[in-house]
Amino acid sequence: MLLEANHVSFRYGTEPWLFRHVDFKIKTGEIVGLVGPSGSGKTTFGRLLAGYETPHEGSITLDGSPVPSNRYHPIQLVFQHPEKAVNPRWKMRKIVNEGWEPDEALLEKLGIMQEWLERWPNELSGGELQRFCVARALGTNTRFLIADEMTTMLDAITQAQIWHAVLEIAEKRNMGVLVISHDHHLIHRLCTRIIEFKDLV
Amino acid sequence: MQLSKQLNLNKRQSTLLACIVLSIIVCAVVLTGFLYDEDRIASNLEVRNAAPSFDHFFGTDWLGRDMFSRTIMGLSLSIGVGLVGAIGSASISIILGVIAATMGKVADSIVTWLIDLFLSVPHLVSLILIAFAFGGGFKGIVFGIALTHWPSLARVIRSEVMQVRSLDFVQVSRKMGKSRWWIAKEHIMPHIVPQIIVGILLLFPHAILHEAAVTFLGLGLSPHEPAIGIILSESMRYLSVGMWWLAFFPGICLLIIVRMFDKIGDNLRMLIDPHHAHR
Repeated sequence: MLLEANHVSFRYGTEPWLFRHVDFKIKTGEIVGLVGPSGSGKTTFGRLLAGYETPHEGSITLDGSPVPSNRYHPIQLVFQHPEKAVNPRWKMRKIVNEGWEPDEALLEKLGIMQEWLERWPNELSGGELQRFCVARALGTNTRFLIADEMTTMLDAITQAQIWHAVLEIAEKRNMGVLVISHDHHLIHRLCTRIIEFKDLV
Repeated sequence: MQLSKQLNLNKRQSTLLACIVLSIIVCAVVLTGFLYDEDRIASNLEVRNAAPSFDHFFGTDWLGRDMFSRTIMGLSLSIGVGLVGAIGSASISIILGVIAATMGKVADSIVTWLIDLFLSVPHLVSLILIAFAFGGGFKGIVFGIALTHWPSLARVIRSEVMQVRSLDFVQVSRKMGKSRWWIAKEHIMPHIVPQIIVGILLLFPHAILHEAAVTFLGLGLSPHEPAIGIILSESMRYLSVGMWWLAFFPGICLLIIVRMFDKIGDNLRMLIDPHHAHR
């Protein structure tokens, strides 16, 4: 499967263009790194790919056709701030099972303890919540995962654990991963291809 | 508040205490009001115009009817009207608020226009017109209150839903393939329930006061029903001859109940949402 951004332009309201005519391709099975300075529009680009925003010009296509919007989205985004991405009035079990039901092996691989499932989001730390967000986004119908600064606020061991699990699953399911980060070491370790965002624009 | 200081209660505890006391009073008033039959307020010409005493706590009127019983029955009627009216108008505002916030731009502008329209006319005027159109009486007043008191709460719910809708986890839910209806039910409703409860509590005193006001003007409940508004308007003629108790006790009872609902609603709002309480 091929995820493409064709001549995509975007701006917020009537503000100046954030980027214009961006072309981008990613195949399933690829681990692509996207780097660039703060405020250059990397996150917005990730949101466009995952369908959270609609481009003003150009289109996002999956194998040449538009991405369906009324069922499980094949391109899943993991946010930088997991605290905002979980409903504070839901227990973790309900949160992680919202889109699909991950099995125990997957939860264990991501370092999620069984007893955390019965807790409320405010009883877990940011890193612990992020593991749930990753598990939630790794549904069986996920073709591409967009990791927007996914592990930036985690310690090194946790980072390694989560990425190890994600890469293993991505390889097994032939899933594409787009890693958006400032951390050059991380990107060099993970990715098969590295793109500077300013080269795209 | 003096009492709560002596008992060393915090705001939560004093609000809870006030809720308990108020619900006991309200239940007692409503129950006795419905259980009383007409005999209790039968006219007894031998004790006309009696001042308050141990036989008649609130005195008697010009036909010798016991004012205490009449006040209780009037209050129970008022609370009934207020409750049905407040819940009715809260339902309208929930439906319209959620529609405005979730069904797109056209629905939003229609609902906003409706809210502005109803807010631009004084409550009492539209209430009288609607009550009149429904033929007055209990039904007219309840419909009138339900159809006039929703705009302010609808506006609050609309903005609240809009805010919740833009949060990350709601957007994630869309990408998980969940329907709008499912999201409204599972994500959005639980977040606006506190606002709805406070809204109903604050609507209630308004509803009671407006019911009393319209009835006082003679456009609401029919004169043979012992509503507070009717008691007050009838007693106006007798105030000048010194029968103060006819208006004083029913009026003060109405005021106490209204004030307590208002206070509890305010306290609850402050407890639920401390940042926006001073808005």
